Amino acid sequence: MAMQRREFLNLGALLAGGALLTSRVAFGRTDERKSRFVLIIMRGALDGLAAVAPYGDTDYAGLRGEFAVRAPGEAGAALALNGFFGLHPSLGFLQQCYAARELTVFHALASPYRERSHFDGQDVLENGSPRAHALQSGWLNRALACSPRQAQEAGVALGQNVPLVMRGPAQVTSWSASKLGAPDEDTLARITDLYAGDTLLSVRLADALAADAIASGDGAGSAAAMTPDTAPRDMAAAGTPAPVRPAQVNGARYAEVVRAAAGFLRQEAGPKVAMFDTTGWDTHANEGGAQGQLAGRLAALDQGLATLKQELGPVWSDTAVLLVTEFGRTAAINGTRGTDHGTATAALLVGGAVAGGRVIADWPGLSARALYEGRDLAPTLDLRSVLKGVLQEHLLVPPRELERTVFPDSTAARPLRDLVRT
Amino acid sequence: MRESFTSAIAVNRFGLGARPGELAGIAGDGRDWLRAQLRTPPPALPDPQLRSSAQTLAQALKLRQETRARRKSPEVASADEQALPQFLRPIYLSEVTARFREAVTTDRPLIERLTQFWTNHFALSVDKQLLSGLAGSFEREAIRPHVLGNFSDLLLAVETHPAMLLYLDNHLSVGPHSQAALRLQRRAQSRKIGINENLAREILELHTLGVGGGYTQADVTTFAAVITGWSIGGEGGVFAGGEPGKFLFRPELHEPGARRVLGTTYADGGYRQGVEVLRDLAGHRSTARFIATKLARHFIADDPPPQAVARLALAFTGSGGDLPTLYRALIDSREAWVEPLAKYKTPSDYIISGFRGLTLPVEAGQPALTPFGLLGQRMWEPGSPAGWPDRSVDWDGASALMKRIEWADAVGQRLGNRRDAAALAPQLLGANLGAATRSAVAHAASASQALTLLLAAPEFLRR
Repeated sequence: MAMQRREFLNLGALLAGGALLTSRVAFGRTDERKSRFVLIIMRGALDGLAAVAPYGDTDYAGLRGEFAVRAPGEAGAALALNGFFGLHPSLGFLQQCYAARELTVFHALASPYRERSHFDGQDVLENGSPRAHALQSGWLNRALACSPRQAQEAGVALGQNVPLVMRGPAQVTSWSASKLGAPDEDTLARITDLYAGDTLLSVRLADALAADAIASGDGAGSAAAMTPDTAPRDMAAAGTPAPVRPAQVNGARYAEVVRAAAGFLRQEAGPKVAMFDTTGWDTHANEGGAQGQLAGRLAALDQGLATLKQELGPVWSDTAVLLVTEFGRTAAINGTRGTDHGTATAALLVGGAVAGGRVIADWPGLSARALYEGRDLAPTLDLRSVLKGVLQEHLLVPPRELERTVFPDSTAARPLRDLVRT
Repeated sequence: MRESFTSAIAVNRFGLGARPGELAGIAGDGRDWLRAQLRTPPPALPDPQLRSSAQTLAQALKLRQETRARRKSPEVASADEQALPQFLRPIYLSEVTARFREAVTTDRPLIERLTQFWTNHFALSVDKQLLSGLAGSFEREAIRPHVLGNFSDLLLAVETHPAMLLYLDNHLSVGPHSQAALRLQRRAQSRKIGINENLAREILELHTLGVGGGYTQADVTTFAAVITGWSIGGEGGVFAGGEPGKFLFRPELHEPGARRVLGTTYADGGYRQGVEVLRDLAGHRSTARFIATKLARHFIADDPPPQAVARLALAFTGSGGDLPTLYRALIDSREAWVEPLAKYKTPSDYIISGFRGLTLPVEAGQPALTPFGLLGQRMWEPGSPAGWPDRSVDWDGASALMKRIEWADAVGQRLGNRRDAAALAPQLLGANLGAATRSAVAHAASASQALTLLLAAPEFLRR
């Protein structure tokens, strides 16, 4: 399938009026900084106090009871970071990154959002303003739009559609592996013609074809996501391919999406920014501790990141991966052995380009008086300070634009410095 | 607006996409055709094989308990892991089949669209265990009977349904001063029990007032205490007592005392306390506004005109939550009939309208589900209690469009010359059919390509 479509594109490039000529996506860019950036949104509100356990806080064990992640040393305990914080025992790869100074952990951070709705929280996380629904575009897209030589910059969302954080003026596309075969060249050309008078559809189709061309051009290294589909074509509507349910193959949950992301980022002419979503973090009941529900999800994520590093190969050293969530969870365990919606949480910045081996946190403590509204980890670090730092140093977004268009009304959130190697 | 456009909008935006002959069958005004669909009680799904939630849940809980009991021996544990999914999966698939068939064949498509709207408003998601066996029966038991009733009854049916209680964890929520909690304290049990605020929050945020609808964190916590004890019956463990798999109010878990929610004090009346809060929430102005906005977004435009929303909210409040009155106000909204293709179809809309338009048979089981998976909207699996989003930007991604084109191509190839796209185009699209599509279909290289072009046409991707 992928091959077929690439051939179509080659043909289109030769023929005036082919799909390529109408594409807004121009991925070609060879003459500048090679930085790659991956944004992973953890939808559902990650329990930062489990993912990065403050075992050194004297109130922590009391709040978490049997689910507290224990101090490093014994089996199933936290993986040591700096003597106060430890990674959840499921995050072995990330600990290796920390030891290699390729992971920076941020804690007690929060977006400007202070309520507890997932959906508004995610909207603020993505739109980059202090208020939900205040902007219809996302900060990552606006950052792309005003990074240097912006006409060339582009990003890809791994998935069928583009999440808010990537929507906006800059040219981005979405890509996901296909299970059906692609139409033949003639049909695609006729559909291209049919969409000529339709702005939205003509742009989307051209973007899809361009993304497919890049995906198929990658051939060698990223087998799983980009294998040509050789399934018989006659199955059609009812189709045979039994959909793979990610949840059922927990270990490989992120393998496909991560390989696809790496496939794009590895290419000279590919997009330099990729993003995707992860879900399953809304642990209201039976969250577990060192083992259990959340532990399984974290292990899958950890494995996915290890796969990303492996698939990126040498490009890993130019890459920064940022993992963020909409807000944290209650400091104490609730009545159903889980945690409810909270406020501050943790974020992770990992990759070969990261100046890591650090935990950046102005720890507010977990005493009853220190908790936000008597229940949540209090925020002491604005998420936008992290985002600004990464965008400025890694994607070279001008500071003026960061303040003006990327994160409006954010002057109080000063960018963190020296987050990436320069 | 010419009458033919009105019919095209009625069939494609308010309905589920034209079946051949459906447009021609609308004698006069498309709005009358819609109003007529509201006059008789909503249909039930005809399949007698479908099981009740109580049956499924009782059996699933039993199965889970047996599995847990046996888990001590490691060799049976791995085989047992599959026992529950293997029990639930066929139930899910038969519900998917029944719902899909109803959508494809119904001659009251407005009722089916409204059913889907409310199920999505009160969304649960089958990616949580047990829910795959309950999503379909939840819709049949809590949504369908009330889709032409009163919002207040619909709300109560939803919030007391075992599927919702399980999905948002309320069956495990325990009042800290309830009899059960005090008993545990006396025994000096260390196991922490208490309130889970998940359901209470989502009722306020997603089911009634809407975010920004005027509630505080204190309201969430207090309301959560009010509905402690709203639980499910079963045998053994936390489910002991009551009728297995059915709603059960457990007084021993209920937090005693009067509670103040949104400025009103509710005396402790056990189960009644929660019912009274729900009744007031159903009648709240914020609820009227929230429901009106969502309905207008679904039927009029992504960003619905404020005056239309205000009119719908007024119809909701003025009728005391009578849903047919609300729907009639929607049909009477001039704004709904101005832009013929105002909405981009969701993948589900797209698939259903394709099956309707080409009169494709729905094969039972996995084949019924497959197109929804391929196009990115697996049935009853929005992944969050917020349900599927309802704006073009949420669905019009480049890769998503390519999936539709691939599917259109596969359908065209499968049907070949067994359908005549040129004859179908005006029957499916009516006045919306544009010259470019008409010409592309007429000049296609083959019958199958003509079908692909019809399904991929801009007019067919929208409603």
